[in-house]
Amino acid sequence: MIRVLVAKPGLDGHDRGAKVIARALRDAGMEVVYTGLHQTPEQVAEAALQEDVQVVALSILSGAHPTLVPRIAGLLQQNGQGDVLLLLGGIVPEQDVASMLDAGVSRVFGPGTDTRDIVRYIQERVGDS
Amino acid sequence: MTGGPTLGAEVLAGQRRAVSRALTVVERGGPEAEALLQTLLPHTGHAHVVGITGAPGVGKSTLVDGLALAARGQGQTAGIIAVDPSSPFTGGAILGDRIRMQDATMDPGVFMRSLASRGQTGGLSRAAAASLTVLDASGFDWVLVETVGAGQSEIEIMALAESVMVVLAPGLGDDIQAIKAGILEIADLFVVNKADRPGADASVRELRAMLRLAADPPPWMPPIVTTVAAERRGLDQILAELARHRAFLEETGRRADRRTHQVETLVRQAVWDAVARRLAAAREDPGWARALTAVAAGTRDATGLADQVLRGAGGMGDGIH
Repeated sequence: MIRVLVAKPGLDGHDRGAKVIARALRDAGMEVVYTGLHQTPEQVAEAALQEDVQVVALSILSGAHPTLVPRIAGLLQQNGQGDVLLLLGGIVPEQDVASMLDAGVSRVFGPGTDTRDIVRYIQERVGDS
Repeated sequence: MTGGPTLGAEVLAGQRRAVSRALTVVERGGPEAEALLQTLLPHTGHAHVVGITGAPGVGKSTLVDGLALAARGQGQTAGIIAVDPSSPFTGGAILGDRIRMQDATMDPGVFMRSLASRGQTGGLSRAAAASLTVLDASGFDWVLVETVGAGQSEIEIMALAESVMVVLAPGLGDDIQAIKAGILEIADLFVVNKADRPGADASVRELRAMLRLAADPPPWMPPIVTTVAAERRGLDQILAELARHRAFLEETGRRADRRTHQVETLVRQAVWDAVARRLAAAREDPGWARALTAVAAGTRDATGLADQVLRGAGGMGDGIH
C-alpha cells in the first residue's frame, strides 16, 4: 500500500490543487493523509514521521518554496526519512526548478499537470508493499 | 528494512521513528508482524485504551486532540489511532483526521497515526488491535482510538478498548437513533459535545431517559459529560470519568477480561491470515482449476476441497481426471 502525505505548507489558502491531487491519488488506490492548510515545515515533517509515508507531496502557491522546501527536506533527512519521495506542485517559476531539485525534490509538477502523470510517477518510483 | 528484534527494542524504548515503522509492519500483517507483536505483547497493559466513536461531524477528532492535550497537561502521554474508511472501489483512502489534530500532534508526548479500514473482513480490527499493542508497548499512558460509529468492525474495535466513549452533538436528532443499534450497549461514557449549541440539555435528558430504560441497573452506569471540545471545555472531566471507569474495571476484575478479548482478536485474526495464505497457495496450485471443475461437475464436494485447502497439502487436482 502506497501512503502519501499531501501537505500545504506556508500561508496561501488555496487548497483546491492539493485536494484534486489527494482525490486522484486516492482513486488510484493510495492512502492519502491530508494535513490541511498553513502547515509549518516542522508539522509536515512530523506528520510524515508519524504516518510513515513513502511520498510527501507539497503544494505551494505562495512563492515561499525557496525557504519552505529545503527546510522540509532537511527535517525529513534529520528524521531518518531522507528516502521519502518528495514532490512539489503549485506555482514554481521555471528558474527555481533546478534549485528545488537540488534541495531534494524528485520532481516539480506545474499547473496543468495531468493527475495521471503524477499517479504514474509515484507508482513507478515507490514499490507497492 | 529494520530487522524484527531491533525494531521491537526500539519501540519499547519509545523511539518515534521505530513506533511509526512498527505500525506499518503490523498493519501489513504476516510473519514479520507476528514476530514483532510477540516481542511487544509482554510489555503491554500500561496504557489506558479508550475507544472514541460517534457519527460524522460530532467533533470526535477535535475532542481527541483536546483530550491528548489535557493528558499532557497532567504530565501524561497519548498515542492516537484514527480510523477512516477506505474506498471499497479503489482501496484508496483520504485520511483527514490530522486536520483537526494540529495542536496535539506537534507535542513530543503525543503520537498520532491514521489507519485506513482497507476493506478486508475483520482486517480492520486486527490492524487496530495490533496498532494498539504497538502504542501501548511503546509506553504511552493513554491510547485513544477513534472510529466513525458505524458497522460491525467499528464495534469490534471498540470492544478492544477498556473504556468506550460515545460522542454526540445536539441538533443531530438521528444520533440518538443511530446509537440505539449496538453502540449504546458498549458505551462506558457519553459525551455531548458542542454543548454550547441549542438542544444540548435536551440531548442529555434524552440520553439519561434512554439509559434508565435498561431492565436491570447495570453495574456501571455510563456518566454523561458535556463538552465544548473546540474551546477545550469539559476535557479534564472526561479524563476524570475515564480514570474512575478504569478503577471500576480493576476493582471488579473486568480489566483482565478486556485484555483477554484484545489478545483473542489478535489470535483470531492470525487464524484468518493463515487461512487466507493457505487459500492463496491453493489457488496457485496447478490442479486448482481441475479441482473446481470437479466440484462443479459434482464428482467432488466443496467441503472436501476446503478441508484440503486448510491442510495446505497441495496436489489439488490429484486423483481427478
